[in-house]
Amino acid sequence: MGLMQSTRIAVKSLAANKLRSVLTMLGIIIGVAAVIALLSLGNGTTKSITSQLTANGTNLITVRPGSGGFGPGGARGGQGGAQTLTYEDAIALQNTDKVPSAAAIVPQVTSQGQVVYQGTNNSYSVIGTTSDYATAYSVSAASGDWFGPGELSGIQNVALIGPNVASDLFQGEDPVGQTIQINRLSFRVVGVLTKKGGNTFGSSDDQVFIPITTAYTKLSGRKAATGVVGHPINNITIQAVDDKHTDSVQTEATAVLRERHRTTEGTDDFSMLNQASLLTTLTGVLAAITGFLGAIAFISLLVGGIGIMNIMLVSVTERTREIGVRKAVGATEGNILTQFLVEAVVISLLGGLIGIGLGAGISYAVSSLGARFALFGSSTIASQIDLGSVLLAFGFSAAIGLFFGIYPARRAARLNPIEALRYE
Amino acid sequence: MNNHTVIQAENLVKSYQMGDVKVNALRGVSFQVQSGELVAIMGPSGSGKSTLMNLLGCLDAPTSGRYILDGDDVGKLSGKVLAKARSKKIGFVFQQFNLLRRTSALENVELPMMYAGIGSGKDRRARATSVLQAVGLGDRLFHQPNELSGGQQQRVAIARALVNNPAILLADEPTGNLDSTASAEIMAIFQRLNQTQGITVIFVTHEPEIAQHTRRIIRIRDGLLAADEPVLAPIVIGASPPVQPEGSAATHSMNGSSELVKVAGLTS
Repeated sequence: MGLMQSTRIAVKSLAANKLRSVLTMLGIIIGVAAVIALLSLGNGTTKSITSQLTANGTNLITVRPGSGGFGPGGARGGQGGAQTLTYEDAIALQNTDKVPSAAAIVPQVTSQGQVVYQGTNNSYSVIGTTSDYATAYSVSAASGDWFGPGELSGIQNVALIGPNVASDLFQGEDPVGQTIQINRLSFRVVGVLTKKGGNTFGSSDDQVFIPITTAYTKLSGRKAATGVVGHPINNITIQAVDDKHTDSVQTEATAVLRERHRTTEGTDDFSMLNQASLLTTLTGVLAAITGFLGAIAFISLLVGGIGIMNIMLVSVTERTREIGVRKAVGATEGNILTQFLVEAVVISLLGGLIGIGLGAGISYAVSSLGARFALFGSSTIASQIDLGSVLLAFGFSAAIGLFFGIYPARRAARLNPIEALRYE
Repeated sequence: MNNHTVIQAENLVKSYQMGDVKVNALRGVSFQVQSGELVAIMGPSGSGKSTLMNLLGCLDAPTSGRYILDGDDVGKLSGKVLAKARSKKIGFVFQQFNLLRRTSALENVELPMMYAGIGSGKDRRARATSVLQAVGLGDRLFHQPNELSGGQQQRVAIARALVNNPAILLADEPTGNLDSTASAEIMAIFQRLNQTQGITVIFVTHEPEIAQHTRRIIRIRDGLLAADEPVLAPIVIGASPPVQPEGSAATHSMNGSSELVKVAGLTS
């Protein structure tokens, strides 16, 4: 008897007990749906975070004032509060003899500013920096131009605005050459940046850029910590010449800063964040979370499998007489084994298929709803259903059917036909 | 069909262990059945006749002794070979009919062919149809067991038993659950199969009158062969006034023999 016929018999007997079959399947459906949804959401989120982190290249190192480890978010406040990193530190780092692996040094002063143009009033992140920002983060001006060393040394009130800022304030008008107020100071708009799109960690589309000298003299109002000489800034981004030089840049820059700050390891009043290592840490954490959730989903799949075994055992008992009849008319143990095994596999595969559909639906729904329940800032929860996890879930549900089906099926196959026929 | 020995039982012994007690259900039974015989096995309950039927039907293996079925020594065979013997050489008819529920008459009859791996789906359907027609159920092909009367169910069971062209047809109290009309119908079918096709039929019965439809009665008592006697004046249904069969199956039942010949031609 072929597999086709076994499948037909199996489907028929499953159809005869529709409610029971569906309930049995439910365990597998939920398990597979959970596996698919969690894995795809995990993969998607990992991918989108990775791509956001690497959008600016992985050769960036950020120096922040204050000691202590970097962590996303939490460390920011504490470290930002320490006024120990200065613009003069950034100038010192530009010494190519001491930091040969650096391609660009980008000091930044970040503040929130009230930006006004002809009665339109909005709050934006205002970043005081140098034109090296353009190279390090590859943000070019769509119209106008970045400010140069002249504007920097002249402490001029000039600004580049992100495309969203331009559209918010100017509504189609050409902003270049116009005057805006940032915290009641007048600034001439010298350029509009090209659109870069969303980014978990703040997009230049929504930011205003001014010369760092202007920022620390006129806007930020930061005071250097006692004993610190110079103009305090928020951070310095160092771009290494390539990905392979991030570690050497870190070493070189650390040496320069320790010399200037007269600190040693352990007493440092600055910290460095290597983007590559942040990425590794973050993806590691995400993988762990995904794996953990996946493991929980896996357990529910296992429970579903036990449900199948339970129902199959009941079914074997209930159909003892049928098994006896089949044996009496010539069914071998193999025939009976195949019949019940196919039944279990059909249940679990069908459940698996429905579960894959459901899981895909859930992850799609979560990712489209997730735009509103943003995980980080403006980011969305992306979902990424890859063939691998579908095949995994499908194969696994088939395996569950086989594994949990084999015991009941063997029990059925080994029934003594005489006793089976006598069974009431 | 030339005569040969279909069943050769030699000193069949079967004992069970029931708890601490050893039950000797059969204590050495020997007999032979030639092809084309129509035999009734009788005996009080507990005599071992059901055990004997199980052995003859290859549902069970004897503790000792030899059982040669249609030339093959099947007494000491493995489960798989016994299953094959059941599939190809034996047709079973039960007191309880034992048809598969929620399964049409046609599919019930196709089942043994499926397990024996005979023919394509189309062949099986054709053959099952003709065998069902032969037992007078040509208009009940797609009925499920619960839609059929007891007599009709038993005729489906007979069709199922016949469909693989077995060497013997074994029936365990085939009329035990039927009224006298249906019982006579079943006996008529057995006699017709036996006479027109030479099919060997062995059945167990309690009823002396049913046993009188055969030409030989084997009596079992206390696990031993008590008597093996010919029936001097067998009741032949075709010879007596025709039994009025139930329902619309009547006409089929009456001209069934010609259809059986057709079936025989199809399968030999």
